[in-house]
Amino acid sequence: MLRFSFPILAFVALLGVFLIGLQRDPTYVPSPLIGKPAPVFNLPLLSDETRSLGTADIQGKIYALNVWATWCPGCRQEHQALMDIAARTDIPIYGLNWKDDPDAARRWLVQLGDPYAATVMDLDGRVAIDWGVYGAPETFLIDAEGIVLHKHIAPITMEIWTTDFVPKIIAARASRP
Amino acid sequence: MIPEIGLLSLIIALCLAFAQGILPLVGAQTGKPAWVAVAIPAAAGHAVFVAISFISLTWSFIASDFSVWYVAMNSNTELPLMYRIAAVWGGHEGSLLLWVLLLAFWALAVAAFSRGIPTLLRARILGVMGLISAGFMMFVLFTSNPFLRLFPVPLNGNDLNPLLQDPAMAFHPPLLYTGYVGFSVAFAFAVAAMLSGTIDRQWARWARPWTTMAWMFLTAGIVLGSWWAYYELGWGGWWFWDPVENASFMPWLLGTALIHSLAVTEKRGLFKSVTLLLAIGAFSLSLLGTFLVRSGVLVSVHAFASDPTRGLFILIYLAVVVGGALSLYAWRAPNLDKEVGFKPFSRETFLLLNNILLTAAAGLILLGTLYPLVLDAMNLGKISVGPPYFETVFIIPMLPMVVLMGVGMHTVWRSASATDVMRRLRMAVIITVLSGIVIPVLVWGWNSLLTVVGFVAGAWLIVSSLIDPVRRMMGKGPRITRGMAGMQIAHLGLGLCVLGITATTSFNIETDQRIVRGESVVVGDYTITFDGVQMVNGPNYQAIRADMSVTRAGQPVTVLHPEKRVYAVQDSPMTEAAIDSKLNRDLFIAMGDDLGDGSWSFRIQYKPLISFLWLGSIVMVLGGIVSVTDRRYRLAAPATRQAPVQAATVKST
Repeated sequence: MLRFSFPILAFVALLGVFLIGLQRDPTYVPSPLIGKPAPVFNLPLLSDETRSLGTADIQGKIYALNVWATWCPGCRQEHQALMDIAARTDIPIYGLNWKDDPDAARRWLVQLGDPYAATVMDLDGRVAIDWGVYGAPETFLIDAEGIVLHKHIAPITMEIWTTDFVPKIIAARASRP
Repeated sequence: MIPEIGLLSLIIALCLAFAQGILPLVGAQTGKPAWVAVAIPAAAGHAVFVAISFISLTWSFIASDFSVWYVAMNSNTELPLMYRIAAVWGGHEGSLLLWVLLLAFWALAVAAFSRGIPTLLRARILGVMGLISAGFMMFVLFTSNPFLRLFPVPLNGNDLNPLLQDPAMAFHPPLLYTGYVGFSVAFAFAVAAMLSGTIDRQWARWARPWTTMAWMFLTAGIVLGSWWAYYELGWGGWWFWDPVENASFMPWLLGTALIHSLAVTEKRGLFKSVTLLLAIGAFSLSLLGTFLVRSGVLVSVHAFASDPTRGLFILIYLAVVVGGALSLYAWRAPNLDKEVGFKPFSRETFLLLNNILLTAAAGLILLGTLYPLVLDAMNLGKISVGPPYFETVFIIPMLPMVVLMGVGMHTVWRSASATDVMRRLRMAVIITVLSGIVIPVLVWGWNSLLTVVGFVAGAWLIVSSLIDPVRRMMGKGPRITRGMAGMQIAHLGLGLCVLGITATTSFNIETDQRIVRGESVVVGDYTITFDGVQMVNGPNYQAIRADMSVTRAGQPVTVLHPEKRVYAVQDSPMTEAAIDSKLNRDLFIAMGDDLGDGSWSFRIQYKPLISFLWLGSIVMVLGGIVSVTDRRYRLAAPATRQAPVQAATVKST
């Protein structure tokens, strides 16, 4: 008798798994970089290609790194939010312009406004590979010791900044008088 | 106006589906002939209104009516007419409407071509199909309405995903869905039989051609999808164990098992509970496939709809349909099987083993597909299960199955004599071992033990399928019925597939090369020269095309033109591989990137015998066609024509 009830029991268990699976975000992939030192880079500045900026120059202070490109629709979508965040926070946001046309990127910042403390150009995308970027836009938060605190994939919003980034910034500052 | 007609027709069809679902089932249970009689007219009306709805959507695509959101998302005025029609099922909403359309047509076919089936059984089958359809139509109407209007109306549409702009892809979803949905007939047969409480051999005979037809469509759909992946995705692989591919393969495995189990139920009246469970399982896995693809629970290239409401709806639907059928099974199945059996060495045993192995393969693939989901649900982290797992768990049950198939085909029902079978197969074994080992070693050289096993297995299937036809041609064996011939042809086709898979995986050459214009590379016996690139304009894309001339031993073989296309509207680059196909090998070139200094990267592949894979699959489908045309399926059973299911008597041939 039990033999014939086995299929329905197995199916109910499977339904339970699906029900839990449904509530999870399938696109969520934790970055292996979190809690680890941020990969170093030294790249030419978008504003002046003859000068460069590297992790060594910006370390010592909490900062955010936003990966963007003019070919990325999500970056256009998040741009206003970045402008608002930059206006409100004292954390510098650096831009990593990924595999982009520098002229188009400069025009973009003139037209839409420039939320970045500085933007560097990753023309061949090697630095983005080091950082484990698999799609723009992505935003990283790095503490004063150069440790990656948080990574956000997909367009950022003020709400995400307030709920995901700000508490980590406060905690990082509290642990370091 | 046309889209509103489509929406209204769908709502009318939903009402008719409820009528088709509820009245005949209640009428059959409570003995109300007038209610039972609703089944056929309701099924016909249901099909007509779903068809009107589908035609309305198609019309909106042909007319490029971008005021319809779904059309604007998936079409474009520059899209050629054929792809404007194929774009109807290019997205989530339209492919669900296609699903509903095919279900309605299968029900209509059951209503039209089952005059021999007792009224009550037919009414119950149509009722179950009506309920399945009603649930799906509610899903379409409440979560995925394809007729939603868009305001302001865009000037042009978003275009169809360029990956889908391909003849094979235009036909792959309808074929695959016809197969998926076709298993609903077998499912409805099973539920109807469980509702009545009786299953006999006549029931199995009625269910068999429907199951075989669904299986044929599913086979063709899977192969077309695999072929599309092979030449369109530009990777040169033909099966990736992607969750969505697995979702179509699992019902295929269970459907195959079901066909064999039905054979035992028809011929010997045995395995009734197994047959029921397989019929429920094949369709449940088809639904599960839809759920996995459409809900976004598993992420893959195919899963373009990710919306939790939709997922929850499908989950509830799955719980009602599958859960209901399995509960019915738990209640009815214990009283079905009779004790009398068969000797350990008999065709029954071989078919039972066959079904166990097919089910085991499906189960292990299901496990691998769901394992990441289960781990994640239990907070044990994110993992992915890759091809090495699937290849292993697939080969382990399949190799013994292939060996057993050859023996099983030549073993009689009830009780067979092992010495008899041995004597009949002695010659075949010798031919198999010689050809399976010697020919590949002479042609390609030694590779590995698994390669030899693969070739021997393929050769064994082919040789053992040919024994009876050859004996018949020599005037010795018994007459071969269509049913038997279909089985032999299908097994022969599987043998060809096994040979193709073994040769391609063992002796495939795959290389990524940087080639400067005017220079050559050597791949296997072939010398490939990169003559240059040119710009080409397609109807809705621009392409860079390479000229690659291929020579072998100094003799020109062909000139291949791989392309890199950029589709204007979506601005997405696509690789069009160039393939030179011969019966004994494919030569495959896909274009990589411009590396500057006049050189490009290319992926070049030499794939021996891959055509056997496609050919073998076509032969399998042919086997299905031959077997459903068997005369005995067309014969009505006069004794049972007017009788209710409970009294259906059995007369076997």
